[in-house]
Amino acid sequence: MDQRHTGAKTEAENAAQDLPPRFRDWFAARGWQPRPHQLELLRLARSGRSALLVAPTGAGKTLAGFLPTLVELAQGAPMAAASSPPPAERRGGSGWGAPGPGREAQDDERIASSDRPPPLAPPRRKRGEGERSIHTLYISPLKALAVDIARNLETPVAEMGLGLRIETRTGDASAHKRTRQIERPPDILLTTPEQLALLIAHREARSLFGGLKRIVLDELHALVTSKRGDLLALGLARLRTIAGPDLTMVGLSATVREPEALALYLVGSSIVPDVIPGQSAEGAQGKGIQQRESSARPRTANTPPGSPSLASLAGDDTGSTNPPAAIVVAPPGAPAELTVLDAEAALPLAGHTARHAMAEVYDAIRRHKTTLVFVNTRLHAEYVFQELWRINEDGLPIALHHGSLDASQRRKVEAAMAEGRLRGVVCTSTLDLGIDWGDVDLVVNIGAPKGASRLMQRIGRANHRLDEPSRAFLVPANRFEMLECRAALDAVAEAAQDTPEPRVGALDVLAQHVLGMACAEPFDALALYDEVRSAAPYRDLTWEDFEAVVDFVATGGYALRAYERFAKIRRGPDGLWRVTDARTAQHYRMNVGTIIEADMLKVRLGRVMNRKPGAPGTVMRGGRVLGEVEEYFAEGLTAGDTFVFGGEVLRFEGIIENEVRVTRATAADPKVPSYAGGKFPLSTFLAARVRAMIADPSSWSVLPAEVAGWLARQQDRSILPGRDELLVETFERAGRHYLVAYPFEGRLAHQTLGMLLTRRLERARLKPLGFVANDYGLAVWGLSDISAAISGGRLSIDALFGPDMLGDDLEEWLEESALMKRTFRHCAIISGLIEKRFPGQEKTGRQVTMSTDLVYDVLRRHEPGHILMKAARADAATGLLDIRRLSDMLARIRGRIVHQALPHVSPLSVAIILEIGREAVYGEASDAILAEAEAQLMEEALS
Amino acid sequence: MNVAADMPVHPVLLGGLAAMLDASGALFLPDEGTLVVADLHLEKGSAYGTRGQFLPPYDSRATLERLAEVIDRLRPRRVVALGDSFHDRQAQGRLGHADALLLQTLMAGRDWLWITGNHDPLPPADIGGDVAAMATIGALRLVHEPTLMDGPEAAGHLHPAARVHLRGRSVRRRCFATCGTRMILPAFGAYAGGLNLRDRVFSPYFPAFLTAYMLGQARVYAVGRRMLLPD
Repeated sequence: MDQRHTGAKTEAENAAQDLPPRFRDWFAARGWQPRPHQLELLRLARSGRSALLVAPTGAGKTLAGFLPTLVELAQGAPMAAASSPPPAERRGGSGWGAPGPGREAQDDERIASSDRPPPLAPPRRKRGEGERSIHTLYISPLKALAVDIARNLETPVAEMGLGLRIETRTGDASAHKRTRQIERPPDILLTTPEQLALLIAHREARSLFGGLKRIVLDELHALVTSKRGDLLALGLARLRTIAGPDLTMVGLSATVREPEALALYLVGSSIVPDVIPGQSAEGAQGKGIQQRESSARPRTANTPPGSPSLASLAGDDTGSTNPPAAIVVAPPGAPAELTVLDAEAALPLAGHTARHAMAEVYDAIRRHKTTLVFVNTRLHAEYVFQELWRINEDGLPIALHHGSLDASQRRKVEAAMAEGRLRGVVCTSTLDLGIDWGDVDLVVNIGAPKGASRLMQRIGRANHRLDEPSRAFLVPANRFEMLECRAALDAVAEAAQDTPEPRVGALDVLAQHVLGMACAEPFDALALYDEVRSAAPYRDLTWEDFEAVVDFVATGGYALRAYERFAKIRRGPDGLWRVTDARTAQHYRMNVGTIIEADMLKVRLGRVMNRKPGAPGTVMRGGRVLGEVEEYFAEGLTAGDTFVFGGEVLRFEGIIENEVRVTRATAADPKVPSYAGGKFPLSTFLAARVRAMIADPSSWSVLPAEVAGWLARQQDRSILPGRDELLVETFERAGRHYLVAYPFEGRLAHQTLGMLLTRRLERARLKPLGFVANDYGLAVWGLSDISAAISGGRLSIDALFGPDMLGDDLEEWLEESALMKRTFRHCAIISGLIEKRFPGQEKTGRQVTMSTDLVYDVLRRHEPGHILMKAARADAATGLLDIRRLSDMLARIRGRIVHQALPHVSPLSVAIILEIGREAVYGEASDAILAEAEAQLMEEALS
Repeated sequence: MNVAADMPVHPVLLGGLAAMLDASGALFLPDEGTLVVADLHLEKGSAYGTRGQFLPPYDSRATLERLAEVIDRLRPRRVVALGDSFHDRQAQGRLGHADALLLQTLMAGRDWLWITGNHDPLPPADIGGDVAAMATIGALRLVHEPTLMDGPEAAGHLHPAARVHLRGRSVRRRCFATCGTRMILPAFGAYAGGLNLRDRVFSPYFPAFLTAYMLGQARVYAVGRRMLLPD
């Protein structure tokens, strides 16, 4: 055993020598060198540190994440045996390089070194039983990724004869497999956040995870930005409680601007309660709880030359029991070759289709082996796919891949891609993350990228070899998008990234978790409160909110105590909360998770019989299912409308028993245009760059002539806003009076702003008729002269955009806002107030739906301070209504509004008012629509 | 009768009888001083509560307060509840004290008729008021489930709702459905859902002619059959 070579070695080389011989041999046999960051992770694991690895695609992140586990498990394993030895022999524990200590010694050590408060409840198992435990848990946002990683791990494990059991647990796992995994846990389990939630809610959770040593979190940057991230953080907090301080975490992330937030998420913040657990919850009221957290400030450690840069998160250790996570940054790969496509045809002022550039996109596909063409929405994918086939003279195999296609169809495309049979795939964010499908050598991004990180992720799909540059084309569809693409390009060149906003943990997710914890074992409210606050998103959770959530889980938490008798969880004389019956746990299992799919309807192809004019005719039953569309899209169709789906033009016949019935249309051009606006709003970071670019004419040289000329004409005929200013233009055109503003804050914030401005203009009797919003600005139009109202002193632009619109105006609007109702519905489902529909329970045919809208109306009127209303409001601030961003913007522009009353349309505004007719015109669905419908009846009667 | 368009009541003729459609979902017969409401479904929320779905327990309050507002405005001599007034047989027991009191206040000083429905074949015995399976006012038949019998009829049970779609916006509201002879009232209860008028269950009742009076914020809106869309 030549463990150490002599001579001066860098730290990394020393670490390489610490690889057990069979690992070194295995690397050597493959002609590979362990990468410095892989060894760095090994070193950190040896010292019991958690780590965040920030690395570009192709840097061997997965192996880096698992290497410490494999080494640790291998060191306990007999060298030759490929069969499964008993777990106790395999487990090395923390004694690296030495024969693994026995399990008992390890447990002693753990207890001795633990300065954590005692576990939530007395451990049920006796010492020694913990052998039946998972060693390493891997969590991925995608089921398919977990399965793929498991497969990839098998190779080194088999070749080195490590004899480890590696299993996946996904929603598809059979009941038999699930039971077996609890009874005989594998060494490494690969799963998803939802499955983790189910596992920690299991009665056997403590024995299953009692000996857990390591958690590997893949694509962490993608996980933490949503409610799924909240759920996962709560799960990790529980695992830390169960497994104790020996547990280390590894986060794997793509490049992000501020990895510190991710590092904090990884280990959480420790809270040492001053109150003794078990003290009555009522008595404490949170006042006696002192919060002592790791301050977790980043500090850059000395970086030895040639090793990955290592920023160490050295927390001040007082009060912290979680060692802070180290941040390991792998060197970037070869810089990507990025080009913004300047098509021969002039770039349109508005629109999203990028039709003008299809010939160039097609040509690019022809010149490469395999091209991924990314677009932002499913319907846009349909459109691009159709356009490419229209000009596909060479009959290149080009396929379509998006989330609403039938799963079997998607699997076929993926398989064909993996086999290298496809030249192009038009896809949506479904292929942003995850598995490498085949040898992609070009990525085309149609439309604006919306965020620098998303763009990086997509570019990374081309070429998974680190040392070769990825190639990508950006194809802006209009002039604003050109600016955005340029901004993204510069951002990527500087490796500047969007920073995922740290989340404030959602209360509806917490409610789900609290019920899950009661299903696992009786809990003490104070101890659980401390555990929850150790999860980064919940670090600032107040005791009052926590208590309200527990109360909500128990009986609905209403001021009118109507449901005491039917409580789901109840506090016993011992002070512990437990579930009241087995049914509750069963319901919990059926409803776990935070992903509320938009209500989707199946699209079924049929034939129509007996068509009469004006009547839907009889659609034959049966027929093939083509996929699914969002319910709201189907709602907008009337019989006879044609639209593109699955690459074909279809005729909408009607919705029958919750299915969209369609027939093949003969028309080549669909009547209903593919809505192709962005699904993701423009990131704050890119928006700031776009504003800066507009404000600085010296930066226009990189822009195509027509775009630079467009900005120059704007400067001429109106004004260009400074980078922190808001330009508002008013003018008349064809009898309509327009107000156009350019906040560059993303479509969602603009929609909310548009709703509120419309209300205010209505109150000012300026008769607004409607508005459109895109990512860059919004236009409101109406019947009264807005310029005259401003010059006549009847309307103040500063007052119109005053932050007080987020007060009463917002409140009034929220009362009836469909977006707010949808937000509430999501909270109601996630929190368990109402049950998710699950297969077999969907009502078919005739249904009297009791919608959550009715529940919202009643709750808002009778208990507006209820915890679920609070949850919905918090969601509205960041979600569909993006109120937080709007509020930041209103603060930013105070005193910096530049108003231009123009005698004509301005060049910039053209790009926004051209959206009218293309984008949905907003205004809440309201009585005005009913009045219009009534007027039509009147016309019918009179005609 | 001369009623301005923005009044909450909308005059129609029902089987020759003057009738007013209120934006709350109530039908008022001014000549008879009679207010008709259908499908209150009191304590529907708590019915879910007993099964572990803790819906806000304020639906009875919301329903009764809305009813109180209509009664206060129209001052009927008589109120007819067209069945399914109570969500189930135990509903009265779950009705909160304040809500029960409010109901008693509404019933005091006027005739009150409970038509029986499938949810409440036997309205609470001690609740007061009269109970019947069917009633007639002049030629107008008042029943819970609509029938195919001849003659004018007002019924509930089916919870009609209508959807229209204009300029990219879709509005779905509860509605009165009527052909001028028969009428199906919208459900009045706060948690009572709606069934789309395009559902085939409605077709036997309106073979020739149908107008939906959709409930707006301040008044009802008459919408023709051709404008109505399925969900």
